[in-house]
Amino acid sequence: MAFLSELFAFLYQAGDAFAFLVLAACGLAIVFGMMGVINLAHGEFILCGAYVCATATRLGMPLPLSVLLGALVAGIVGMILERLVIRHLYHRPLDTIVATWGISMIATQGTLIVLGSTLPGTGTPLGSFTLGDYSFSQYRLVLIGTALATLVGLYLLFTRTRFGILARATIQMPHMAQALGINTGLVYSLTFGLGAGLAGLAGGLYAPTMTLVPTMGSAFLVEAFVTVVVGGADIFLGTAPAAAILGVIKAALTSWYGQLAGQIGLLLTAIVVIRVMPRGLSGWLLRERG
Amino acid sequence: MNKILTPIMMGMGLLGLNSPLMAEESIKLGVLEDQSGDFAVATIGKVHGIQLATEEINADGGIDGRPLELVIYDTQSDNTRYQEFMRRVLQRDKVDAVFAGFSSASREAYRPIVDQFKGLAFYNNQYEGGVCDANMIVTGAVPEQQFSTLIPYMMEKYGKRVYTIAADYNFGQISAEWVRDIVKENGGEMVGEEFIPLGVSQFSQTIQNIQRVQPDFIVTLLVGTAQSSYYEQAMSANLRLPMASSVNVGQGYEHKRFNPPSLANMYVTTNYIEEVDTPASKAFLEKWHQKFPDEPYVNQEAENSYLAVYLYKQMVERAGSTDHDAIRKVIAEGDVCMDAPEGKVCIDPKSQHMSHTIYLARVGEDHSITFPKVWKNIKPYWLGDAGCDLTQSNPATQYTPSNPPSKN
Repeated sequence: MAFLSELFAFLYQAGDAFAFLVLAACGLAIVFGMMGVINLAHGEFILCGAYVCATATRLGMPLPLSVLLGALVAGIVGMILERLVIRHLYHRPLDTIVATWGISMIATQGTLIVLGSTLPGTGTPLGSFTLGDYSFSQYRLVLIGTALATLVGLYLLFTRTRFGILARATIQMPHMAQALGINTGLVYSLTFGLGAGLAGLAGGLYAPTMTLVPTMGSAFLVEAFVTVVVGGADIFLGTAPAAAILGVIKAALTSWYGQLAGQIGLLLTAIVVIRVMPRGLSGWLLRERG
Repeated sequence: MNKILTPIMMGMGLLGLNSPLMAEESIKLGVLEDQSGDFAVATIGKVHGIQLATEEINADGGIDGRPLELVIYDTQSDNTRYQEFMRRVLQRDKVDAVFAGFSSASREAYRPIVDQFKGLAFYNNQYEGGVCDANMIVTGAVPEQQFSTLIPYMMEKYGKRVYTIAADYNFGQISAEWVRDIVKENGGEMVGEEFIPLGVSQFSQTIQNIQRVQPDFIVTLLVGTAQSSYYEQAMSANLRLPMASSVNVGQGYEHKRFNPPSLANMYVTTNYIEEVDTPASKAFLEKWHQKFPDEPYVNQEAENSYLAVYLYKQMVERAGSTDHDAIRKVIAEGDVCMDAPEGKVCIDPKSQHMSHTIYLARVGEDHSITFPKVWKNIKPYWLGDAGCDLTQSNPATQYTPSNPPSKN
């Protein structure tokens, strides 16, 4: 029993780290993998989702709906930004980095000026359960479940729906897609909106567990980028396995020697992976096809 | 008006006539505090405290008849900004004194610049102690005031097995060393210590590490808004151990920001928080809310900053100038004291730190504050006892318990 409870405790921690990495990274991975845009304002879409979710919850909306509302608002804001700024900078990756970084700073400082230095939290829903020597938060299990559901949902979206096929066609051969009558501008817009919406989803889901401040997006950013760098451009062959591997590494090291070791392990893995597999896990898995 | 007066004043100056008009020149105070970034929650109130005190002093005729003028920069919770702006206020704005800094990392980043340009900086923040530097005046509380009171109290009440989680930089590391020493002195045992990099917001594994060893209480020395996510997460994992801290509540008013009961059973030693129930504190709070009606919380750092302006006024008036050596001579007299909102405070000439009334604040299940104990007039004795004496020499160094001043 003691062994089982230790095993469960480890799996729970690895799963928790996995969920955080997947949810933090998948929006970034879609925008980067499908559009080649490195979105430094990713953290601010997370912020947007978190603030909308917390505000809606405080106004009496049930949490699941608030989370979805947060994702929706972040997605719409993302689409507007794509129209206004990002669209004009396709094929200029360095310029996009500067532009999205600027957007990120404006959003953080704007939030501070308009909404103040902090927003009251809503409290984590659900309770806790005990197994062996440890007690666990039930909400964290919901997060793990949601991370997996998000991956499945995205897989179905890109392989089984008309939008998924049009999106993949547009990303692979934009001119051919255009010639076949696909509104590629709209597809880009929707894809960016999807990425922003996923960031908003992460923000909404983690809002009840975190301090709500204008800089909260930066807490996700390092982990998100490490996961995308390790994973490479493909979300299913890259982000998901990368998050699983990093989750296990992080949980094991943190349990052994504390948070610092966990952070070091995460960054060391990223360095080793880009040295050995410059195009990340998915680039390596797809090397035959490439 | 000024255009006409200035040449006249200059002429009088040339003639050697030290007229009273000359005295109208303002005294400039540099203010470098984090008004954005990770620390802003705890530090915007410091700027407000300085503004409030300045307004009161100016309405009352200024310092020795000279108005006080503030030069304020937002240091953005960024150490390099501190260095930039410290150079700017000392070299370009030529301020008479600087009020600067929240995190100990930022203080140690700017301190060499203050020393280089012979500036005079007030650090109005509680910290890990040990700065023995004639160019610094510290009005915040230090470990012998916060930990020597708090840790023995907690050990007596809850038990001797202690677990520390601390922010991983000079503040957390040195504070944890103090806790370790005090726990050992009192016959207790450190069952765990974990240092958390700044900016970390996910604590599941840390919570589990704590559960594994079952301490009697936890010392939480977490800094910044990302790290304060810990309480909510510990609560939802049903980790409900008593907590002790020198930084929570009194700085980031977590008991107001988070839903009860995530901070229940947190004990904090602080030299001021707005719940302090004395007539002086109430009057102070009323003045504050008149000027800043939307202030979310008045914390210990806000009070430190407010009273520091008055201490500076007293020192300049007694010295008869803003000259730093003259000011230090006044400090050396050993009676630079004032009645602050927290109670009476005095500057210790040896270390240029300040004595405090230390309130033990306990957070209840509903996040209300009670004060089970108050220690009056706790002196910042450690530096002086260890051998720092700024009236004799200026080592401009930060000492720690494991690295004390060398005794000849």
